[in-house]
Amino acid sequence: MAEHRGTEFGIEIRDLYKIFGGHGETCVGLVKQGMSKAELLRGHNSVLALKDINIKMPAGGIQVIMGLSGSGKSTLIRHINRLIEPTAGEVLVYGEDVVKMSPRALREFRRHQTAMVFQKFALLPHRTVLDNTVYGLELRGVPRKEQVAQAMRWIERVGLKGFEQRYPNQLSGGMQQRVGLARALANDAPILLMDEAFSALDPLIRVDMQSVLLDLQKEIKKTIVFITHDLDEALRLGDRIAILRDGEIIQQGTSQDIVLRPADDYIASFVKEVNRGRVIQIDAVMRPAGSEAPRTGLTIPAGTTLDLAARVLAEAKASELSVVDASGRLVGHASLDRIIAAIVTPGLDMSAAGLPEPKAVRAIA
Amino acid sequence: MEWLSKFPQMNDTSLTAFKKAVDEGFRGFTRAYGDAIEGFFSPLQYVLIRSEQFMTSTPWPIIVLLIAGIGWLASRSWKVALSCVAILMIIGYFGMWDDTMRTISMIFVCTVLSIVIGLPIGIVISRSDRLQNVVNPVLDVMQTMPTFVYLIPVVMLLGIGRVPGLIAVVIYALPPIIRLTNLGIRLVDKDVLEAADAFGSSHWQKLKNVQLPLALPTIMAGINQTIMMALAMVVIASMIGVQGLGQPVLKAIANQYFTLGIFNGLAIVGIAVIFDRVSQAYGRRLQKHREVVHG
Repeated sequence: MAEHRGTEFGIEIRDLYKIFGGHGETCVGLVKQGMSKAELLRGHNSVLALKDINIKMPAGGIQVIMGLSGSGKSTLIRHINRLIEPTAGEVLVYGEDVVKMSPRALREFRRHQTAMVFQKFALLPHRTVLDNTVYGLELRGVPRKEQVAQAMRWIERVGLKGFEQRYPNQLSGGMQQRVGLARALANDAPILLMDEAFSALDPLIRVDMQSVLLDLQKEIKKTIVFITHDLDEALRLGDRIAILRDGEIIQQGTSQDIVLRPADDYIASFVKEVNRGRVIQIDAVMRPAGSEAPRTGLTIPAGTTLDLAARVLAEAKASELSVVDASGRLVGHASLDRIIAAIVTPGLDMSAAGLPEPKAVRAIA
Repeated sequence: MEWLSKFPQMNDTSLTAFKKAVDEGFRGFTRAYGDAIEGFFSPLQYVLIRSEQFMTSTPWPIIVLLIAGIGWLASRSWKVALSCVAILMIIGYFGMWDDTMRTISMIFVCTVLSIVIGLPIGIVISRSDRLQNVVNPVLDVMQTMPTFVYLIPVVMLLGIGRVPGLIAVVIYALPPIIRLTNLGIRLVDKDVLEAADAFGSSHWQKLKNVQLPLALPTIMAGINQTIMMALAMVVIASMIGVQGLGQPVLKAIANQYFTLGIFNGLAIVGIAVIFDRVSQAYGRRLQKHREVVHG
C-alpha cells in the first residue's frame, strides 16, 4: 500500500496556519504581514499555534516532528487526519487535500488511510486486548472472523500473545502501548500517526518500543509520522526530522543534518546533550577516497555510526579504516583521531577539568 | 405607612379572576382533549394491567424463583439471591403478597418507562450545552415541586387509576436517569473519544462503542436512583387509586392503625432493598474491567 498512486511524497503540508480563538482569517492575514505570536495574543486574544508549516514527508519513511511542550507538534499531527481544522493551508495525503474532504469522505479516509497511536494509549477500558485491536477493522465493517485473524497476527507480532483476553487495566503501560500499536497496525493503513507514542513509558521500555517499531518498519514500510519531545528518540527513529518551536519549523533534515549542522543556537543547545557517537555516521568524518591512500585491511560499510567504527578500530588495535558502499566500492578513509574528535561534544570547557586548551582538536562541524 | 406593613399584592378581584381563568382554561382543555389523551395513554393501561395480572396470578413459588433468578443473574452472588427469597417469604408470610406483587409490577413498569424516556433525553442533552441549560431547570422543577401538586392536573386529565399514578411516578422518577446519563456521557475520557474519531467512527458508532459503555456505571447509578424515587412515590400514588402497598399505608394513616402501617412500610423497604442490591451488584459487575490488577 505504501506506493500509493506513485507519488513521491506520502504527506505534503503546504502553508499551514492554525490559530485558536476565532477571527482566524483576519489573524492569518496579520501574521503573514509579520505580526508576532505575543502581539496576536495581546491584541486579538488569539493563539498562534502553527505558522507557515511546509513539510514534505516521503512515503514509506519515518518523519519525526520534534519540539518541546507548547511547540505545536501535537496540533500539527492532528491536522494530518483533521482531528483539528486548519485555519489556512493544505494537507495533501497522496495528492488529496484532507482539508477539502466532506465529513463522510473524511471518515472513510480515517478508516482506510490512517491509523493513530496516542500518548495516553486511549484504549477502550471495557474491551479486551483482542477487542481493542479489532476496533479499526470493526469500523470498516470487516467480517468478525477476518478481524480476529488480522488482530491476532499483530497481537503476536507486538509480543502480546496470551494476553488477548486481558483488559487494558490489567496490563503495564508498555504493554498497553503495544496494544495501541497493534490496534493501529491491524488497520493496515498506509499512514501511521504516532503522537508522543512512547513518551509516557519508562526509559528502558521506551527504547524497547523504539526497537519494536524500527523492526516492524523494515517489514511494513508505512509512512510514519512520529511526534516526540526527545531528541534522542527523534535521532534514533527519524529518517527525516523537523524541529518545531513556537509553532514554526526551525530546521528540517536528516539526523546528520541536525547534529552536524544545527540551524541555530536553540537546536545546538539540544544537540549538545546528544550521544554523538551513536548518531553521526562515518560518512561525515571520512576523507573521500582519492588516489592517495590504498584500501587498508579494515573496512566498514558507509552509514556506520562512529560508535561502532571506534569499536571496530579498538578491537583491531588499528588507527585507520576504509569505508565501502553497499556494492563494496571504496568511498573513503577515516582515522581514529578524527572519529574521536567528532564524538567529543563541541565547545567543552577544558579548563573546568584543569586541562590546557587543546590545539589539535578541531570540531568537525 | 400602610404600604410598608401590607405587601402591594394584586387586588383580590383580579387575582381571583386570574386563577379562575387559568382553571377554566385547563378545564376546557381537559374537556376538549381528555378523551384523546386518555386514548393516547391506553397502551400504557394495557401494559400495566397485563404486568399486574402476571405478577398476581402466577403461582407464588414461580415468582419467588423468578426474582431470585434475576437477582442471581445480575449479581452472580448467592447471598443476594437468597436475601431476595428471604425478604419475599417474610413479606408473603405476613399477608402482604398480593399488594407487594402489585407494587413490584408498578415499579417495574415505571422504571422501564423512565429508562425509555430518560436515556434518549440524557443522550441528546449531553451533546448540546444550550439544550442542557434548557432542560436542567425543568428537571429541577420536576424534582422540587411537591408531588401532590402535579397529581391535580394529572387527575383532572385522566381521572384516577393506574395510568395517572404511573405518570405522576414517572415525572418524579425521571430526573435522575436524565441527569446521570448526561453526566456520564460528558465525563467520558476525551482521549478515548479522540481515538474513536481518529479511527473513523460515525456518531452512532461512537455512542454505541465508546460513550454508552464508558458512561454505563453512571447510568446504572441513575437507574438505581430512579427506582428508589419511584418507590418513594408508592404511597402518594395510592392517593389517586394506584393499588399496592401504598393503599394499606394510607388506610393506616387515616385510622391510626400502627401495625398495619409499619408492616406495609417495611414491605416497601424490603422491595427497595431487593431492587437496590440487585441493580447495584449488576452495575458493579459491569465495571469488573476497571479493577486494577497491574500496579
